[in-house]
Amino acid sequence: MKIADLNLLEQKIAEAIEDIACNMESSCLAALQKAREKEDNPTARFALDVMCENAEIAAKRGFPVCQDTGMAVVFLYVGRELKLNGDIYEAVNNGVRRGYKTLRKSVLDPVTRVNTGDNAPAVIHTRIVSGDKIRVEIMLKGFGSENMSKVYMLNPAQGMEEAKRLIIESVAIAGSNPCPPVIVGVGLGGTLEKACELSKHALFRKLGSHNPDPELDKLEEYLLNEINKLGVGAQGFGGKTTALGVFIEKYPTHISSLPVAVNMLCHCSRAASFEV
Amino acid sequence: MKKITLPLNKEVAKSLRVGESVLISGDMLVFRDAGHKRLFESIKAGKPDINYAGETIYFMGPCPAKPGQVLGSCGPTTSGRMDKYTPYMFDTGLAAQIGKGKRSLECVQAIKRNGGVYFAAIGGAGATYSACVTKAEVLCYSDLGTEAIRRITVKDFPAIVAIDSLGGNIYER
Repeated sequence: MKIADLNLLEQKIAEAIEDIACNMESSCLAALQKAREKEDNPTARFALDVMCENAEIAAKRGFPVCQDTGMAVVFLYVGRELKLNGDIYEAVNNGVRRGYKTLRKSVLDPVTRVNTGDNAPAVIHTRIVSGDKIRVEIMLKGFGSENMSKVYMLNPAQGMEEAKRLIIESVAIAGSNPCPPVIVGVGLGGTLEKACELSKHALFRKLGSHNPDPELDKLEEYLLNEINKLGVGAQGFGGKTTALGVFIEKYPTHISSLPVAVNMLCHCSRAASFEV
Repeated sequence: MKKITLPLNKEVAKSLRVGESVLISGDMLVFRDAGHKRLFESIKAGKPDINYAGETIYFMGPCPAKPGQVLGSCGPTTSGRMDKYTPYMFDTGLAAQIGKGKRSLECVQAIKRNGGVYFAAIGGAGATYSACVTKAEVLCYSDLGTEAIRRITVKDFPAIVAIDSLGGNIYER
């Protein structure tokens, strides 16, 4: 049986964090530049100019795009033909400790508010899959946007009409706080925590990509159009672009419920995926 | 673009209008959630740890500096979390605040009542703002790490007048 190289996993996590903190995800930067070109509200345009210029400065000089270098969220896809000779979670957290050495340490105890000092631990989701590799999806999640998350446990009579209304409303309520234009992740179904996990995972999709489910793809397009009619705009200054994209994932749920979770990303998506 | 200098002159503060873009230069205080909490404990105890009269406060917690940086990436954080402290601070002499995002009605009223101003910096633009910083020092609460109270000097720091001294509010237009 192949043995997983946990040292390599740790090293690649550390390298990914250093890289994505300073380099905005490319589809995100392209979407931001497009939003800037079509914006005619001068204040929103000013904000979009600064955002695009900031991404260039960050990439060129190797500085973090945003000072909130976030909390690391990691999805691990572990091949079932691998043998783990060690603690895979410890390997991930050691990678986080190394990767955040030159970044802001924002992680602390929720009760005492004492900082852990190294930005560990990450929030780790694990899935067992076929094969003999470990695939990693990692995101540095800022909390200006995380704090604007919503979860609703709807009843079946309320249905998708109410779900759509609440998803749009959640972006309106968030207003300027999540550093719009935002990217909206939606989780439909499952249980409370499953809907939340889906909404987070949806944020790994690249802007410009289509949902493989045609019905969800249509729903994403509808929601994006409606959200962009809200007029929140870049930084809440108004204008045409409140969101760059809406991504939806779903999972079967119970006959009694329709869980709806909304998770947002600010305009600087910092995510990567790789295999070990 | 209008250039303004800190400390903010009362007349200049009153002349600023919502939606104007400005380039700010000069000295400002920097703190955020934990810094405010601790400062208010010291105020309650009758011995404020710093004097903020006439100052401008920037809500921000920086990244560590990398080689070539005076201060690491340093964009604004969400101002709304500091709303509960804000009216008291304007009423006791604070000149201006810089952050990002909407404020409570109580904050807007306090800004109006005191002839203050609230600037919105561009959230997420940490590298751009880092390039504006020419000097930075920790004043107190160094144990709070990124949340320590700092004094920084900036040059041509881009921002928008988000709430003006007449109560004009960019988030309510």
